[in-house]
Amino acid sequence: MKIAVCIKRVPEMDVRFKIAASGNAVDEAGLKFDMSDFDGYAAEVAIQIKEKLGVGEVVVIALGPDTVQETLRKALSMGADRAVQLKADAVPADPWSIAEALAVELRAGSFDLILFGRMSLDAANHSVPNMVAELLDVPCVVAASQLDTSGGTVKARRELEGAAETVECSLPAVVSIDEGIARPRYPSLKGIMAAKKKPLEPKPAQLGAVRMTRRAAALPPDRAAGRIVGEGAAAVPTLVELLRTEAKVL
Amino acid sequence: MPNILAFAESRGGDIRRVAFEAITAARALASGGEVHAVLCGPPGIAAKAAELAKYGASVVHVAEHAAFANYAPESIAAAVAQLVSASSIRAAVFAASAQGKDLAPRVAAKLRVPIATDVIRAQWEGETLVADKPGYTGKVIATLALTATPALISVRPGAFVAAESPAAGRAETLALPLDPANARVKVTQTIAGDNAKLDLGEARVIVAGGRGLKEAKNFELLETLAAAFGNAAVGATRAVTDDGWRPHSDQIGQTGRLVSPDLYIAVGISGAIQHLAGMRTSRTIVAINRDKEAPIFKVADYGIVGDSLEVVPALTSAVREARKGA
Ligand SMILES: Cc1cc2nc3c(=O)[nH]c(=O)nc-3n(C[C@H](O)[C@H](O)[C@H](O)COP(=O)(O)OP(=O)(O)OC[C@H]3O[C@@H](n4cnc5c(N)ncnc54)[C@H](O)[C@@H]3O)c2cc1C
Ligand SMILES: Nc1ncnc2c1ncn2[C@@H]1O[C@H](COP(=O)(O)O)[C@@H](O)[C@H]1O
Repeated sequence: MKIAVCIKRVPEMDVRFKIAASGNAVDEAGLKFDMSDFDGYAAEVAIQIKEKLGVGEVVVIALGPDTVQETLRKALSMGADRAVQLKADAVPADPWSIAEALAVELRAGSFDLILFGRMSLDAANHSVPNMVAELLDVPCVVAASQLDTSGGTVKARRELEGAAETVECSLPAVVSIDEGIARPRYPSLKGIMAAKKKPLEPKPAQLGAVRMTRRAAALPPDRAAGRIVGEGAAAVPTLVELLRTEAKVL
Repeated sequence: MPNILAFAESRGGDIRRVAFEAITAARALASGGEVHAVLCGPPGIAAKAAELAKYGASVVHVAEHAAFANYAPESIAAAVAQLVSASSIRAAVFAASAQGKDLAPRVAAKLRVPIATDVIRAQWEGETLVADKPGYTGKVIATLALTATPALISVRPGAFVAAESPAAGRAETLALPLDPANARVKVTQTIAGDNAKLDLGEARVIVAGGRGLKEAKNFELLETLAAAFGNAAVGATRAVTDDGWRPHSDQIGQTGRLVSPDLYIAVGISGAIQHLAGMRTSRTIVAINRDKEAPIFKVADYGIVGDSLEVVPALTSAVREARKGA
């Protein structure tokens, strides 16, 4: 099975972000970067499928400036076989533009299975996978929390609000991965050494049309400082009174 | 006066609350123009078009098909795309629910039109639809300009409060360019959750528990508290879902559900950044934690320092009392 995994390099999220002087982006100075969470799950899923089958190829693809090479190397050190960088000065705000560029590479690769994360942690569009599937005209399952491709088809489960659904389609297919399938492995020392020799090919990204731009980025208003109304069960009457009269939620 | 389309999400023949939110959001964008709703479901769903009219749908485009007992992504996407391109629709609104997140980008891709997802505010600036959406796990709000029409948005559940505004609600039959029987992607089964259980996305009140509940069994205390509120659901932290105390689908946070209820009660939850990512936009937050230094108190409007096993039962009785009077 030939598997592609699209991975995005995003900042680590456990910080207080600053807005860049441009006013429409996050200030990246001093931030640490890594593979977007769900993309890590997708990479792990791909590697596990290959390990189980004993044959096949896992190709990781990232669109962005040269800094994405570090993220691609990480995926290689986890066990992916080769990497492609779709080189662009910046990642566009319009998911369509990204999807078109990824589709060019994916179409050429004739993959059996194309994996994505459910969403990128920074842009959070949850759109690129569905769009790529439309462009390639292949079936698509988004946000799979279980995935079985052993029968040469896709059998997946999707979590709904308070329910779930089971979905089937044939291969080749696009599948985006939710949490719950696989936790990404830590690259072993051997993996890291091996990754240095694996192919990583940069190519210019053929970005698609941009019809959506990010005009501004802002920090959400701080929550007004709350207060501790008291200790133990004795504080409950005060709390309920506040919920009724002040917050008006009772 | 633009006409706006709203996708009226249903499941198993029942319209979901997020459908009314989508119609409400569409009405604001129509500013006097017509709101057209799309309703796809199993035979019998047409009878529910009136519910959509109550919220302001002038026209309801209905497709009934036995296969729509389950979600049918390809067939519904094709039908919505065809409707948008055939009529003078300036924008289409979906819910940013599990279904809407699947459907809306498919429609956008078919039509080659822009889409902003998980939107919390939207307005026109001339022909440009300007939409705010959270990103970076809720820590940054991006303002997106959609520079072509029709423009598509999906709205975050809870961000647009459904408000009634009766309209004609004339029903029309929606053609299906792709018969669901010929679709490549088949939803083979919808597995209903616990029937008595209100979904996290639908609940106005969420009672969430963490490791501070000590053991799985104590989540019964939260179920009882939720029942006392009446319109509440129970959520959990990843620590708890990882330990199998609660199903994975109950997890709230960066890698779980993103929720914004009117009231979020965090019980025995430390307030890790990844958890806050999923609930910090809740309107009112209450924290119950025995450690007064717990980070959850920094985002909570009201806090009680104490043992969850003692405070929760007391809160349950007090809420029961308060609601009796209401
Ligand atoms: C990549 C990544 C993604 C993650 N995604 C998520 C996510 O989506 N959602 C999520 O929730 N977490 C997520 N986490 C995990 C997160 O970092 C925390 O570990 C988790 O939220 C902690 O859960 P907790 O608050 O239940 O447990 P703890 O952090 O152990 O906190 C328990 C709290 O209970 C209090 N307590 C103890 N006993 C009592 C008592 N008797 N009465 C009252 N209070 C008591 C303690 O003071 C403490 O504050 C993620 C982590 C990573 C690395
Ligand atoms: N710049 C990128 N390079 C590679 N893959 C990407 C990129 N942006 C998004 N993706 C993929 O598309 C998924 C969904 O992203 P999004 O639509 O932005 O939420 C991500 O989880 C990745 O798998």
